[in-house]
This record gives sequence, C-alpha cells and structure tokens, in this order.
Amino acid sequence: MAFVSSGYNPDKPMEDRITDIGNHYYGDFLPPVIKNNFGKWLWHEILEPGVLMHKAESGDEVYTIRCGTPRLASVEYVREICDIADKHCDGYVRWTTRNNVEFMVDSKDKVEPLKKDIESRKYDDGGSYKFPIGGTGAGLTNIIHTQGWIHCHTPATDASGPVKVVLDELFEEFQNMRLPAQLRISLACCLNMCGAVHCSDIAILGYHRKPPMIDDAWLDNLCEIPLAVAACPTAAIKPKKKEIISERTGEKIEVKSVEINEPRCMFCGNCYTMCASLPLADAEGDGIVLMAGGKVSNRITPPEFSKVVVAFIPNETPRWPTLAKTIRQIVEAYSKNAKKYERLGDWATRIGWEKFFEVCDLEFSHHLIDDFRDPAYYTWRQTTNFKFTKNTPTEYSAMKVE
Amino acid sequence: MGEFKHETPLLDQLETGPWPSFVSDLKRQAKYRHEHQNDIEYQIPVDCVDDILGVVELSYTDGEVHWKHGGIVGVFGYGGGVIGRYCDQPEMFPNVAHFHTLRVAQPNGKYYTTDYLRKICDLWDFRGSGVMNMHGSTGDIIFLGTRTEQLEEIFYEMTHNLNQDLGGSGSNLRTPSCCLGESRCEWSCFNTQELCYQLTHEYQDELHRPAFPYKFKFKFDGCPNGCVAAIARADLSFVGTWRDEIQIDQEAVKAYIGGEFPPNGGAHAGRDWGPFDIQAEVIDRCPTGCMWMEGDKLKINDEHCNRCMHCINVMPRALKPGKDKGCSILAGAKAPILDGAQMSSMLIPFIKVEEPYDEIKEVIENIWDWWMEEGKNRERLGELMKRQGFQKLLDVTGLKAIPHHVQEPRHNPYIFWREEEVPGGFDRDINEYRKRHKR
Repeated sequence: MAFVSSGYNPDKPMEDRITDIGNHYYGDFLPPVIKNNFGKWLWHEILEPGVLMHKAESGDEVYTIRCGTPRLASVEYVREICDIADKHCDGYVRWTTRNNVEFMVDSKDKVEPLKKDIESRKYDDGGSYKFPIGGTGAGLTNIIHTQGWIHCHTPATDASGPVKVVLDELFEEFQNMRLPAQLRISLACCLNMCGAVHCSDIAILGYHRKPPMIDDAWLDNLCEIPLAVAACPTAAIKPKKKEIISERTGEKIEVKSVEINEPRCMFCGNCYTMCASLPLADAEGDGIVLMAGGKVSNRITPPEFSKVVVAFIPNETPRWPTLAKTIRQIVEAYSKNAKKYERLGDWATRIGWEKFFEVCDLEFSHHLIDDFRDPAYYTWRQTTNFKFTKNTPTEYSAMKVE
Repeated sequence: MGEFKHETPLLDQLETGPWPSFVSDLKRQAKYRHEHQNDIEYQIPVDCVDDILGVVELSYTDGEVHWKHGGIVGVFGYGGGVIGRYCDQPEMFPNVAHFHTLRVAQPNGKYYTTDYLRKICDLWDFRGSGVMNMHGSTGDIIFLGTRTEQLEEIFYEMTHNLNQDLGGSGSNLRTPSCCLGESRCEWSCFNTQELCYQLTHEYQDELHRPAFPYKFKFKFDGCPNGCVAAIARADLSFVGTWRDEIQIDQEAVKAYIGGEFPPNGGAHAGRDWGPFDIQAEVIDRCPTGCMWMEGDKLKINDEHCNRCMHCINVMPRALKPGKDKGCSILAGAKAPILDGAQMSSMLIPFIKVEEPYDEIKEVIENIWDWWMEEGKNRERLGELMKRQGFQKLLDVTGLKAIPHHVQEPRHNPYIFWREEEVPGGFDRDINEYRKRHKR
C-alpha cells in the first residue's frame, strides 16, 4: 500500500489550487431526450408501478423506470447501475430525492428489455433484489433516512437496518399503487434530523431516554463549559466544581465540570453535540419514536407536521419486529379506511385522532400529550366534540389511574 | 476466519427479504477489495469494509453506536465539506479508526453520465472505503470513510480532473438542492436546476467558509406538490407557483369524463376505485370550491384558486399551471433541535424567477445580514424569526405586511406599538396630566 500522490504538494498547498468551482453543471449530464424537451413537457402517465412516460410538445416520449436503492451504496453497486445505463440508456441515469434510481429510455420498445434486465439482478446470498421497480403513484416510495450506526456519532437507533426491515414488510406497497394516496415514510436516527422527517406520513425517529452521563475527569479539557451550558434548551445544565479521584495520580483533585438537573432533561442530545464528555447512548434507553400524519405537499390541505403516535419502541436488532408490525398496523388501517386522495394525516384528522388510536389499535399514554412550551396548548382539545371509542371511559371510575 | 474478517450473525439476518440489502452490498464491496488488493494500490486499508461490517455488528450486539465526535479535519482554506469521524474501538477495528466523511456537491436534479459516475467511483475506490450515500439528506454525494492524509489528494483530483467541488457542512450555506424541475416535469413553474445552480455558484464563499451562526439551507420546489420538501426543510424555501389562470383543455376534460384518459396519470391504478367521477374527485375535493361544470365544460374561478395542484394532479392532460409563472419564497423551516420543528412561513407570495436573479439575491442577502448580526450561536433563521418576531423579518427585508403572511390574524391585542406610530409619541408630562387628574 504505497502512497500515490494526486499531484498535490503539501509544502505548497496553494500551488495550482482550484477552489470554489461549485457543483458540476447539470446541463452536461442530461440525456438528449431530456435536453431537447427541457421545459416543454405536456403530460405524464404512470404506465404501471415504477414505469412513467412523459410526453413532450415535440411528440417525443421519455420512459422512466424507477427502482429503489438502499442509499448506502458501494462503488460496485453504482458501477452496476452504470453498466445498466450504458447498456440501455446511452450512459445516462438519475437519482430521485428519495434515493430511487431512474433509468430513462426514449422509446417504448426499450422498456421491456430494460425491465427484464433490472428485475433479473439479485444478490446471491440472501436473494434480495438489487433494484426493485416501483415507488410511484398512490403507494409507498423509498424511505429516506440518515446514517445511523454506520457513520453517525449521535444516533439512538440504526438507519439502514430499520429501513430495510420496514421496506421488506411493506414491499408490496412499494410495488403497487393501491393505497388511498402516496405514503411517505422517513427515518432520522436522532432528533437532529439531518434527514428532516417531521412532515412525513410516517416518521421513524431515534430517541434517547436517559440524561447524559458526565465524564468529569475530561469535560473541562474537551469542552467549552459555557457552550455546553448554553446548548441546553431547557436550562438543565449548570457549571459545577467537583472533587474526583485523578485517574493518573490516584489523588483527590478539583475539576471544573457541569451538573444536570435530570427531571428537566428532554434527551435531545444537543449538549453532546457541543461536548463529547456528555454521552447519552444507552442500549436500554435508546429506541424509536413513531410519528404519523405529516406531509409536505400543499395538495388539498396545507403541509402538516407528523404527530407522535407511539412514544417508544425498543431497538430490537437485527429486525425490529415491533416497529415493522406497528407500521403495518397503521398502514393497513389507513389503506382500509381512508378515502381516495386522503393522505394519512388527512384521514386521521377527518375521523379524529381518538378514532385513529382505536382503528389502528394503538395505546395512548401521557407521553403523547404535548407539554413542550406554547404550542402544546394548541394541541389540547378545546371542544366538546369527540367520538366515543372503545377506549373512552364512560364512567368516572374508569378514568381513575389504577 | 471465514470469507470476511468479522463474523456478523446479526447483520446476516438483514440479507433476506426482497428490499435491497445494504449488508449484501457491503459484503460485495469487502470482497471486491480483497480480490483487487494486488491490482489496485488501495490508499486506505483493504479491509476497511470488513471493519465497517464489524463495527456495525458490534452496535447490533450492544445497542450503542461506536463512532466518536468529529475532529477538526478538512481541506486547506475550507471550513466545511469534510466531517471528521473516528471509531471508539480503534484496536478492534484499526482499518476504520480514522474514517472521515466528504460531501461532494451533487449536480442539480441528480442526473449523471456514467462516465462521470465511474470516475467518482474510481476515485473513491482508490482513495477511500468505496462506500457512499447516493445521496445524503441535504443532497450531496457522500463519501463515507477515508483517512486525513487522503483529504487533500481527493480534493485535488476532484477539482483538477472532475471539475467538481465539495459541498457544505458546519455553520455555512449547505449544498442547495432542487427537484428535477422543467427537465422532466410539466408542472414546474421555474427552472429549479438553473436557479439552484446559479445561487450555489454565486454563494461559494458562504458555502465553503463558515461565517454563519448555524447551517442555512436553500431548497427549490418547482410546484406546490413539493417533491424536495422545501417548506419542511429549508431556511429559505422557493416553491414554484403562477399568478394567472390554470390552463384548461376542454376536449381533454371530456376525455377524462368519458374514461378515455386514466385519471391521476395512472397513480391510483392499483385498486378499483370505480369509474372516474369529476364531481366527487375534482370539484368536491377542491379546497376552495372554485370549480364547477357548465354543461360539459369545466369552469374555474381562478380568483379563488389557491393553486394546491389537486385538480392538475388528477387530470394532467387537461389542466396545467398558468403561463405567468414564478415562485413563492417562504422562510424559517428546520428540524426539531432545539425549539421544536418549524415549517417555512410565507414571506413573498410571488416573485419572478429571471436572470440575473437580482431580486431574489436581494431578499437572501437582506436576511443573511440580519441573521449574521442578530443570530445566536447555533440559532437557525426560524428561531431568530420566533425570537424577534415576523415584523422584524419584514423590517430587515424592507417588505410590507400583507394578509398572506398569516394563516389568521393574531389572537391577542398585545401589539407592540412603535412610538412613531402613535400621534404625539410616548414622551408626556406627568405634571400636565396631574392638572387634569388629581392624585
């Protein structure tokens, strides 16, 4: 493994340096049929799940085959995509915002051979598809997600694993268009949400449940204490001098550290982002919050935030069975009961959330009543309008905590 | 020892099932590196993908992550684009002990030639782990895992041979992203790719050299369907819209009613929803109730249309956005850290999207001036808006208040009247007052 220079000279970093050139110009990467009809598309049709046809003013047609990918992609996987694109698509390919890959051809007769080629490609060992076709129309498309245990330092759950499991569970919905509207599932492995999931039909969110531990011996060396204090949204952290036994000398020493008012902690992990001496990760504490009913589209109703519908699901590696089962329960109830065009949240709003919990057979608990600052009030019920459900206590005694 | 360096009994259970297995893919990459160690002069350890599998298996066993905070690594002169990453079990997994991330700014709309992609793959195979994300959440191609001494080499090769720069990270402008726009969508109301490209290049300094209180994101959606989720994810959200009438092809309307064209562009074809019913599915579903039939003609009172896209989505061959197009600009979206999630709020209902985009740049730069002056460390624009008020945003952008800024007017009368708004000002004489009102 000998070092091979790119031409960069570390002694003269500014020599021949090229900077601030930005991203590659998109126009260089457009297939001819796209370039020729840019801005002149008339209409489109989904011919079958995963296959779209766009018609241009010129009469040209472009056929697109959409396939799911795991997002976490090796160069060998991407090279295989290139092989397919070279063979069928004149060397062009694109990705969608939701991690699907799209192969485009300029005539209908090229569709079947392309499809056949794509469908034939499976992994030898477990037999999973490499490029499942689907993800269009009133169905489930690919789950967008974050890094999880493969690369992040703050996750409360994995990303690629739970995504694989949920998409295995709901695979038929990816390859069909039989839901009342599109279903967007997203995963963020912690509250930072580098993949913002807070407006998804179903959001899978990693969450910690134990306050940070305090690495007193190192904290003042690794962190700016005022930044750690300021990082806390609930002002639960304050500076504190402490006596500890020195790891090095065995003697009592006084160190500058912090103290945490634990009942105030909302487990967001923002302090850990600012200070590596405040780790939160914990096998028993960490897991998943399930949210539902959000969307970003302005269609019929305005964009909506997702709401917490399950406060905690443990990290049951490797296949998160409770997570998969719970999501299936919600999707089945939605599929059976919602009207055509109703997004999951629109449906829940129409029937009422108390009915949603009944129909989806989900438990309600105090965790699901908002108590975080002003917006909380607007989520409480300020009307006598409600529906009696099988969970409604119809006598006072039934309301008492046992 | 088997084929791979570590046993992965838990991860192996993620190889079954129909969805593409990332575990199978990682194993394939590990194997590829083993097979090519004699013909490729790998610049980071050959077994690094084996160690990725190992470290993830460990997390599957103990339920906790094994990556540490990033150190300060990067390329000379940039403050973003590289995220330091170290393993917290370097003895067990020496080949990923140092395993930094690079963000590679994606082409807008994410179209590629295979020629370019193969070069990206060759570079990353040679100088990194060969594992990447297509794509990261913000839109970049993500290179997962290389050592510090490779960072400048990768940057040099990217800029010299691939005409390609790094993306954003840290407290700077993050790599802007857009939907595919006019390239393949009949609904796009502006050229999202071009605006995204032009602004990305205009603000290269802001993208590479952190000078902001925190991250800042632009996203460009061609229409209110919102395929890149600009309203939910971007500090400044640009969403295509139009200010004239929906274009109607009455013959095509008839064809939909007659069942000749599949409604919804075929999007609901997987279930028998019964024959298409324009009254129930379009007219009664219109959120503003601005549509009706007159004989066999569809009528729209465009004055009441709020451009939600539903009717256009249902009958793409009959209805199209108007001809006088532009975009709305909304401000302040962010994920929940810290003060709860926010969506972007309407700032400018309509602005033309025309080169050289001076009006749009004026809005952006006015907002940045304010945010850079007043924003606290790690305070997103949306949080500053909440802290100082929407009125302050209007002040700094020099824009007047209009009803479009609110869903409904305020619920309380606690108006912060400004002195200059009240005749006579706030300066009064208590003695004069006492002449009229005894103590």
